Amino acid sequence: MNKQTFKRHLVDSLTSLRRNTWMSVAAVGAVTVTLLLVGFLLSVLMNVNKVASDIENNVQVRVIIDRGTKEKGIKQIKKSLEKIDGVESIKFSSRKQELHNVVGVYGSEFKLISGDQNPLYDVYVVDAKNPDKTIEVAKKAKKIKNVYDAKYGGTSAKKLFKLASSIQHWGIFISVLLLFVAVFLIENTIKITIMSRQNEIEIMRLVGATNSYIRWPFILEGAWTGLLGTIIPIFLTDFGYNIVYRVMSNSLKGSGYQLVAPHVLLFQIDLLLIVIGIGIGALGAGVSMRRFLKI
Amino acid sequence: MIEFKNVVKRYSDDVCGANQLTVKIEQGEFVYIVGQSGAGKSTFIELMYREEKATSGHIKINNYVLENIADKDVPYLRRELGIIFQDYKLLPRLTVFENIAYAMYVIETEPEEVEKRVTELLDMVGLADKRDNFPDELSGGEQQRVSIARAIANKPKIVIADEPTGNLDPATSDDIMNILEEINAEGTTIVMATHNNQIVDEYKHRVLEIAGGKIVRDEEGGIYTNEQADL
Repeated sequence: MNKQTFKRHLVDSLTSLRRNTWMSVAAVGAVTVTLLLVGFLLSVLMNVNKVASDIENNVQVRVIIDRGTKEKGIKQIKKSLEKIDGVESIKFSSRKQELHNVVGVYGSEFKLISGDQNPLYDVYVVDAKNPDKTIEVAKKAKKIKNVYDAKYGGTSAKKLFKLASSIQHWGIFISVLLLFVAVFLIENTIKITIMSRQNEIEIMRLVGATNSYIRWPFILEGAWTGLLGTIIPIFLTDFGYNIVYRVMSNSLKGSGYQLVAPHVLLFQIDLLLIVIGIGIGALGAGVSMRRFLKI
Repeated sequence: MIEFKNVVKRYSDDVCGANQLTVKIEQGEFVYIVGQSGAGKSTFIELMYREEKATSGHIKINNYVLENIADKDVPYLRRELGIIFQDYKLLPRLTVFENIAYAMYVIETEPEEVEKRVTELLDMVGLADKRDNFPDELSGGEQQRVSIARAIANKPKIVIADEPTGNLDPATSDDIMNILEEINAEGTTIVMATHNNQIVDEYKHRVLEIAGGKIVRDEEGGIYTNEQADL
């Protein structure tokens, strides 16, 4: 195909989109609804993935020091901790600091238990070199004198991880299902628009247009339809996610977990929606054309 | 040049559109195809532009031997023909100008050349002032004139017209015939299937009468039916 012909196809596809107004609106609408669902699901899925991997990569062990342990004892614990194989870093966090963290996450009501009433413990926050060492570090730390307990997220992390992984699996399953629905919906809408123009295709054939000459403007029109159908989903996903991120960031502060930053997530989702929209639009048109192009 | 030799087109065991049809039409001729409905006129026309495939026999259109032509080459055969239909078959969402230009863009004609030729054709068929109108804004006669302009846009050697005056009143039919005569005078072969006896009798040319899928009469300067001659 020469440049001139491609330019013509491009112009023809846009002209046709404009002149078949209602059919175009219907097709763009179908793409919009489908991609809106895809966008929503993808944002959820990517965040579940992020939290799951955060949990998986959590190397933190919290070594809780017996209440009443003297400063010397506390220093001794640090020395013992340093000797454990696989320890990357050790940070002390006093009862007061721990309470401060709790207030940050759960709200100022917890200020009531400050001072002598503070029920929390002094803690060493130990980072293991890699996630595999976490359990071992915790076990060894637990045996140190004056150590009340050593937690690495323990059962709650395990539970959370189990939940995240099941959401992940279901999410992938639903995403694949939704993608099929998207392909089916978009392709069918485009098929209907093409069927309504069967006569046009017939006439094009009769004046000697080759199949590829007939097909290209329809494929490009499908791609435009897909692209136009991504505008509202991209806008709503971007707008909605920024709000959700802001709200959730406050709630998750201090928990060690965070949602995927909007600029990272939205770039990927927007790009994916555009690729899906254009791809399925063009593919749907190409596939729908086949049966009308038999000589 | 159009050549049919022992052409058979069978739709089913009982229905035969062409039955050992043999005929030769030389370049520059004007030929009417007449016959009753169901006689095989449309089959004859559709076999020419390979809308239908012959069951057996030999068909040659210019340099194309249709029994050997691959499906992918059919568009190239059609570019050598101009086809006019009773129902005009214009692209509804293209303007008059774009409808005519479409046939030229298909063969990748340069835009300047398209502009020049379409303007020339619009003058010829008397529709210069309707170039930006859409088909549904035109009368039947005007639509048929657009269809003729499109058919001859690429200067084909053969124009096939299937009942071109079928939907038109006598005065408009005369206009159409005058345009076709003009095209024929420039050396283009015209093959026209028609039911219009007035036209056949008035604009005298070779008449091929088809009945039961066979040529039953081939008469130079003939009239629509032989009934008058029989009387």
